[in-house]
Amino acid sequence: METLIIILTGVLVSVATYLILSKSVIRVILGTAILSHAAHLLIITMGGLKTGGVPILDNGHDTFTDALPQALILTSIVISFAVTAILLVLALRTYQELGTDNLEKLRGFYDE
Amino acid sequence: MSNLAVLPILIPLIAAITLVFFNGNVTVSRVLTRLFSLVSLGAALYIAWHAMENGTIILETGDWAAPYGIILVVDRLAALLIVTTNLVAAACAFYAPHAGLGKKEYYYFYPFFFFLITGVSGAFITGDIFNLFVFFEVLLMASYALIVLGGDKVQLRESIKYLLINLFSSMLFVTCIAFLYAVVGTLNMAHIAERVQEVDQQGILTTVGILFFFVFATKAALFPLYYWLPHSYIQPNPVISALFGALLTKVGIYSILRVFSLIFVHRLDITHELFIWIAILSMIFGVIGALSTNNIKLIIAYNIIPAIGFIIMGIGVFNQDALSGSVYYLVHDMIIKAALFLIVGAIAYVAGTSDLRKMGGLIHYYPALGWLLFIAAFVLAGIPPFSGFIGKLQLLQGAFGDGEIILAITALITSLLILYSIMKIFIRGFWGEKDETAGFGTKSVKGMIAPIAFLLALSVLLGVGAEFFYPIVASVAQSLLDPQIYIDSVLKE
Repeated sequence: METLIIILTGVLVSVATYLILSKSVIRVILGTAILSHAAHLLIITMGGLKTGGVPILDNGHDTFTDALPQALILTSIVISFAVTAILLVLALRTYQELGTDNLEKLRGFYDE
Repeated sequence: MSNLAVLPILIPLIAAITLVFFNGNVTVSRVLTRLFSLVSLGAALYIAWHAMENGTIILETGDWAAPYGIILVVDRLAALLIVTTNLVAAACAFYAPHAGLGKKEYYYFYPFFFFLITGVSGAFITGDIFNLFVFFEVLLMASYALIVLGGDKVQLRESIKYLLINLFSSMLFVTCIAFLYAVVGTLNMAHIAERVQEVDQQGILTTVGILFFFVFATKAALFPLYYWLPHSYIQPNPVISALFGALLTKVGIYSILRVFSLIFVHRLDITHELFIWIAILSMIFGVIGALSTNNIKLIIAYNIIPAIGFIIMGIGVFNQDALSGSVYYLVHDMIIKAALFLIVGAIAYVAGTSDLRKMGGLIHYYPALGWLLFIAAFVLAGIPPFSGFIGKLQLLQGAFGDGEIILAITALITSLLILYSIMKIFIRGFWGEKDETAGFGTKSVKGMIAPIAFLLALSVLLGVGAEFFYPIVASVAQSLLDPQIYIDSVLKE
């Protein structure tokens, strides 16, 4: 099971890298979102995918899945959620002010 | 008494939350900012004194024993850095009202300022690797807001790049933590260090270490990963640039220092050999950047990179002399980079441009500013009475002692070129005939001079008072060389 998820993570990271290297801002942002999915999937996999009860104490299981990676992911999800929100608003403002969403055109020095 | 450890995080956090409510009233905001920055500085000084007298302060949050809860650790290194952070923050708090922020002061500048300090202090004193990631995000989130505050066209353009590179490296940080957790099964730094020690850093651990180095090197702007820094750092207001230049990259270098003196110390031939080459290349490329431009802000921004190179050089050599040099240089560089950004901010403000070719003869109008820049250049280059000298001397002694001749010579030549790049600002900007037509001398720098002079006085004190400061730094280096001290103080065996 771990092997399958790791291959899936690899595919997600490849897709994310490809998207981040593209020209359009919105594709880059989609790439970062996919990269965060890959990272979160990797945390849950690295914690081990052994079968066990959900980490709630009162359902009569003897073994539980590791609760720590789930807490880490929850923290990481809200953080990347907030950063993605900022990034989207920033992209909108940049589009309104500069009139382009092409990263190739967002370059050059201004007073040299 | 152990609750003291949380104060450097708590005071700026309370300050930030309080200031959100006083956002509309700039007068109150300014007074509160000064007040809180002084309270925070006082607390930091007391904590540092306490840590120096009675040893490391450990706070087990929520009374959970060491590897299970989050641990805050104020050892001597963290104490030193917290005091420096608060000194820089206080200077910036007093400079900010005069920095020409204009309308930005109404757009939550002061709350974000304190959130940034919260993140930086938290990153310095946490003893948990995932908590370090969270504090990195706290400071980065505040920096995103500060860098885009105002929303000029150029600023928007550079902010988007700054955000993307940091988002990418944060995701990589999470991935690193996932790998490390899979191998050692714990997140507490002391506990990780113990477990890595047990298997003598075999197999995958060195790879994870290099991956961590890649993440922190992106934050700290080391050689192949510095391209995002110079242009994004000069866009915001000078006081924001000063905070970034003094604090943000230093958090990255502190993380490298911590992780590679505590956790990954068993394969020095691989990891620390890599650092030496990266140090050489960072110095060369950084100083080439500083020499290549006529924009005064860009010259200072590029000067961050060789300074980081000097610090990583000490970590690469990894002996008593070099590490104490690194720690000394780290503290010195935080202070002097803040001072330099504030000085060029003032120069660009009075000259109305940051292009060196369009100014000249400023010394006739602003003698104080000119002489402050002159001293700052000497401090940065490491001329003997000032603080840059002792750090570099220790670094060079360490490098020569270890037979790293190429590294030491590169460092010496770099120092010379750094002096040239700053002196260029002084010679072209301040010397020359009094030019009546250019319209200089109409703007007042009142209020800007005092914080700059305060920071420079500190760095002179750090150099002249080396007899007092050096034993502290040497003991920090000693504890860095022996990770067992840190592990024992946290895990209490």
